[in-house]
Amino acid sequence: MKKSIEELNAIRERMQQNIQVRTENADNTRVVVGMATCGIAAGARPVLTAIVDEVNRRKLKNVTVTQTGCIGVCRLEPIVEIYEPGKEKVTYVNMDENKARQVVSEHLVNQRVVDEYTIGAAK
Amino acid sequence: MNLVRTHVLVCGGTGCTSANSPALIDEFHKELDKRDLSKEVQVIQTGCFGLCALGPIVIVYPEGSFYSMVKVEDVSEIVEEHILKGRIVTRLLYEGSLDEMELVKSLDETDFYKKQHRIALRNCGVINPEDIDEYIANDGYQALAKALTSMTPQEVIDTVLASGLRGRGGAGFPTGRKWQFAANEDNPQKYVCCNADEGDPGAFMDRSLLEGDPHSIIEAMALAGYAIGANQGYVYVRAEYPIAVNRLKIAIEQAKEYGFLGKDIFGSGFDFDLDIRLGAGAFVCGEETALMASIEGHRGEPRPRPPFPAVKGLFGKPTVLNNVETYANIPWIIYHGPEAFAEIGTEKSKGTKVFALGGKITNTGLVEIPMGTTLREVIEEIGGGVPNGKKFKAAQTGGPSGGCIPESLLDTPMDFESLAEVGSIMGSGGLIVMDEDNCMVDIAKFFLQFTVDESCGKCVPCRVGMYRLHELLEKITSGNGTLEDIDLIEELCYHIKENSLCGLGQTAPNPVLSTLEHFRDEYVAHVTEKRCPAGVCKELLRYFIIADKCTGCTACSRVCPTNAISGEVKKVHEIDQDKCIKCGACMERCRFGAIVKI
Repeated sequence: MKKSIEELNAIRERMQQNIQVRTENADNTRVVVGMATCGIAAGARPVLTAIVDEVNRRKLKNVTVTQTGCIGVCRLEPIVEIYEPGKEKVTYVNMDENKARQVVSEHLVNQRVVDEYTIGAAK
Repeated sequence: MNLVRTHVLVCGGTGCTSANSPALIDEFHKELDKRDLSKEVQVIQTGCFGLCALGPIVIVYPEGSFYSMVKVEDVSEIVEEHILKGRIVTRLLYEGSLDEMELVKSLDETDFYKKQHRIALRNCGVINPEDIDEYIANDGYQALAKALTSMTPQEVIDTVLASGLRGRGGAGFPTGRKWQFAANEDNPQKYVCCNADEGDPGAFMDRSLLEGDPHSIIEAMALAGYAIGANQGYVYVRAEYPIAVNRLKIAIEQAKEYGFLGKDIFGSGFDFDLDIRLGAGAFVCGEETALMASIEGHRGEPRPRPPFPAVKGLFGKPTVLNNVETYANIPWIIYHGPEAFAEIGTEKSKGTKVFALGGKITNTGLVEIPMGTTLREVIEEIGGGVPNGKKFKAAQTGGPSGGCIPESLLDTPMDFESLAEVGSIMGSGGLIVMDEDNCMVDIAKFFLQFTVDESCGKCVPCRVGMYRLHELLEKITSGNGTLEDIDLIEELCYHIKENSLCGLGQTAPNPVLSTLEHFRDEYVAHVTEKRCPAGVCKELLRYFIIADKCTGCTACSRVCPTNAISGEVKKVHEIDQDKCIKCGACMERCRFGAIVKI
């Protein structure tokens, strides 16, 4: 199909979202999911896919989702950490798919930390 | 909707392909499927990353982990550890990407990439060259859209002029002026050609560009067509580059489908079509008039200029012919503006230049540096220096038309003027490093042999003169030369340079002249002492056994292919010089260091 300039720009917009994974940018917000044996056993995989899905769906820019190993509090897995440039790291614990989606919309979009899910609130 | 969180970039350039990277891609798909990860992980075949010596190369994003020399067996470990569990496989990481604390550095921070500035290579190793959408994502076809909708052809030419871009094929003629000449011609039929007939031994910039970013060439040629008023383009590429040809074909198809080639592009009324013409790999077809003769279907032979192609080129029509790398810069210049380009480089040489590093250097591969970067920085810092603790002797730039630069001139800035001053040329960007084991007379002979083979034979100075020149060099390397021969060589060189018809003959003596200038003592040693200082020229070599060290183990005599070594067990052996063919097998085999070559 022949493309107009508007369509060209639309493709650019859509594809930039896709290839931004390949840019190394220190200003990016990093969402890190614990994916060691303990994390996976506790259900980290659906958490990870939920986050990736939500980030893509909302077309969030400058967010990279990645995974890490065990950080040592296996009983609180699945654990998700969010690193924003210039801010203190926030650690969410006992995550599941729904909580993960909520964190993306509240924390990443609305810039409000979901206190009740953080490690500070955990027993 | 796509759930892609990780991109696995696998190099699909010629270097990595021959190192088996396609098998890696298959293996990644297999392993990802096995673990049910294929939906969230995308495997992408890209163009060349530049560090060909360490191929095959795999980069995993978002971490940006740079894995080098990856084998098929390593794939399951990368998938299991890195992609599934998020633990980077440190043992496979490129050494230069780790800092003192063994932490992973950003790629741009590594010695290899730190001093590079990628404009022509901006998309190589970043996008999938077979997917037009990825090119569009990195601002692809924006320059064409901008030019067709908001610029006049003259404004396009003025932009290229203002950028200071000069031809990257070797001669360094200002691109904008070339376009202006063609635009000034009043003719309803004009042509745009791309010279992808890359022939210098050891040069592979154009190939990598076509393999890694074919759309940038298409976009640039359409821009050139708009600027000069041409609606047909030809890419002349050698058939020896199958991957490049294939990707270019795919790219042209995709561009046609999107309407970026064809009729009425972006509704502007401008038509432009592009076709590929395959060359058979004759070196002389890199010369512009010979190239156009070849496209027309004639023998690839040059003709005298003027008239220049801009006035009377392909099929007798005004034609713009530029090199691949020149074109690769054009969309960037139009999109980012001429000032951004002119800021980089030196006063007379603007922008960047791609070099193909080869020979005795650690990081064999492709680098793009701002003009004016010194040769020392390129070789020692980006290239990682000469391997195996050997001593640097010379760098050869510009292929068979260029010259050798000795160590004393290592601080020469790499730009058109400075390289010409030291008796070499920028050329298309081949950069071959030589160490103490290279004989400079032999190197000159090698390049001359190449041009003797590739001379088209149309004019006498080139056809006969170079043959004679080669004979004289042969005489010297076989130990039969005289000092008068050296003078004769020099005289003959100047004669060939001044009287040849085209660029091939006019520059072919350069390797001889520059080695004579900087390494005359090596020529003299061959003549007066009958000795090759680097130990390369076979006729001048002698292998000897040091009696004190020989234990009479008979290992050497058993390995000798001509039975030139005699001696009883546990007694000193001897080499019969008449029988010896100087293969060096005995020296390699001896465990006692008893065999030496002089």
